[in-house]
Amino acid sequence: MTSQTIIDPPEDGHFRNGIAANGSTPSPTTLSLHLTINGETHALDIEPRVTLLDALRERLHLTGTKKGCDQGQCGACTVHVDGERVLACLTLAAQVEGRSITTIEGLADEDGTLHAVQAAFLEQDAFQCGYCTPGQIMSAVACIREGHAGSDEEIREYMAGNLCRCGAYPNIVAAVRQAAQELRS
Amino acid sequence: MRDFSYFRADNIEAARNAAALPGAMLLAGGTTLVDLAKCGVAEPATVIDISHIEGLNAIDASADRALIGALAKMSHVADNAEVKSFFPAVSEALWQAASAQLRNMATIGGNLMQRTRCPYFRDPANFPACNKRVAGSGCSAIGGVTRGHAVLGVSEACIATYPGDLAVALVAFDAEVDLGERKLKVEDFFLAPGATAEQEHDIRPGEVITAIEIPGSAAARRSTYIKVRDRQSYEFAAASAAVGLELEGDGRTIRDIRVALGGVATKPWRARAVEDALKGKALDEATIREASELAMEGAVDHGANRYKIALAPRVIARAILKLGETA
Repeated sequence: MTSQTIIDPPEDGHFRNGIAANGSTPSPTTLSLHLTINGETHALDIEPRVTLLDALRERLHLTGTKKGCDQGQCGACTVHVDGERVLACLTLAAQVEGRSITTIEGLADEDGTLHAVQAAFLEQDAFQCGYCTPGQIMSAVACIREGHAGSDEEIREYMAGNLCRCGAYPNIVAAVRQAAQELRS
Repeated sequence: MRDFSYFRADNIEAARNAAALPGAMLLAGGTTLVDLAKCGVAEPATVIDISHIEGLNAIDASADRALIGALAKMSHVADNAEVKSFFPAVSEALWQAASAQLRNMATIGGNLMQRTRCPYFRDPANFPACNKRVAGSGCSAIGGVTRGHAVLGVSEACIATYPGDLAVALVAFDAEVDLGERKLKVEDFFLAPGATAEQEHDIRPGEVITAIEIPGSAAARRSTYIKVRDRQSYEFAAASAAVGLELEGDGRTIRDIRVALGGVATKPWRARAVEDALKGKALDEATIREASELAMEGAVDHGANRYKIALAPRVIARAILKLGETA
């Protein structure tokens, strides 16, 4: 976070906005942010209300992260912040400055080798239309890492935040089970 | 979503000062605030991001007590080994709430501050009348679709159901919320709507939750949270019960019992009538079922939610019987 958005205690009842490096007072409605996404740092000037999801898709053109319901109910926008799965649609971009963000674009190796979960989704045919799939995969990677993929019942419970309108759930569970076994071995 | 100014507080004093300003709202996990801002219910002038304050996310639990920092994530508390051992109902209430992603975002303090909300509250464009949003504007739910609405603690101003799970377990075990200058029983921190439905918490301008503390007890150690709902996961409770049980040395006489309800009331609801009726009694199914009915004294339904009056005592009884079996 640049200095103008960190506040001192407003002793006089007013915020004392910092002054930008060039001496001008920044507009209170624009933030200059640096976001670290898939290991790369991106500079952004955005309104405070911009969500991480909109910043990713509309500003950084990382459209792998999908907008489904945009109100925290479907899981299509699941990304990792500091290694934990969260919903990008209910996260303000400003809030995750200084955190490490991983999207579906950052999951495969640099040489293109798919992550074990991505490969398992292909092998198990764990999707139909594919729209929920990036969110399902990001959620599954974290689910396995958390240790919540020990049984089909546990996978269903801990993947419940990712909806699939095509109803590919049996194959999704199979893919998560397979990937969990591979990653454990 | 209306735009707002964004400021990041890097210590609790800055957060308290900022929270006292008109139009300022605190942002912790964001799962409630950003959601309600999107649907036009929350219109903060300034959002104070407290999620970067350090030292407020510790979880320190033992048989004696659990002290949980306000910024601890729901998922971390749910998975904490000591919380699972000494306060199982708290862990169970947490992992059955929301989804894994939301539990990684939402904090314990933010969980207590989530709005008591119903579908009419969330839809100002179509339903301007809501005493929670605009005091005195009326209640769109009364006379509307009420299947999910409360039957206990309701008023003519509001019948919205308190949606949380964690606070139900906290109320059962006499937890306190630390507001800095004041400490309150969680049970007293939540307010039933009465004539002032817009006021859901006993919190004053400039106060910020810093921690919750749960006293340890034999009943907390032998406890469970049962949540019955329309679908198996990622759904609000139709009725839920946090129950703790302590038996006498004979293994069948109830020494201490705690019962609190979710999904049926306007606030996390302690069912003391059930507890009083069962203390000193034998742990037997007929006695338990009869006593569980006492939880519904004073219940008022609005038609479609009448089933909750039959359902909630059965959830209580199931929870007590389950604990009895694990002797």
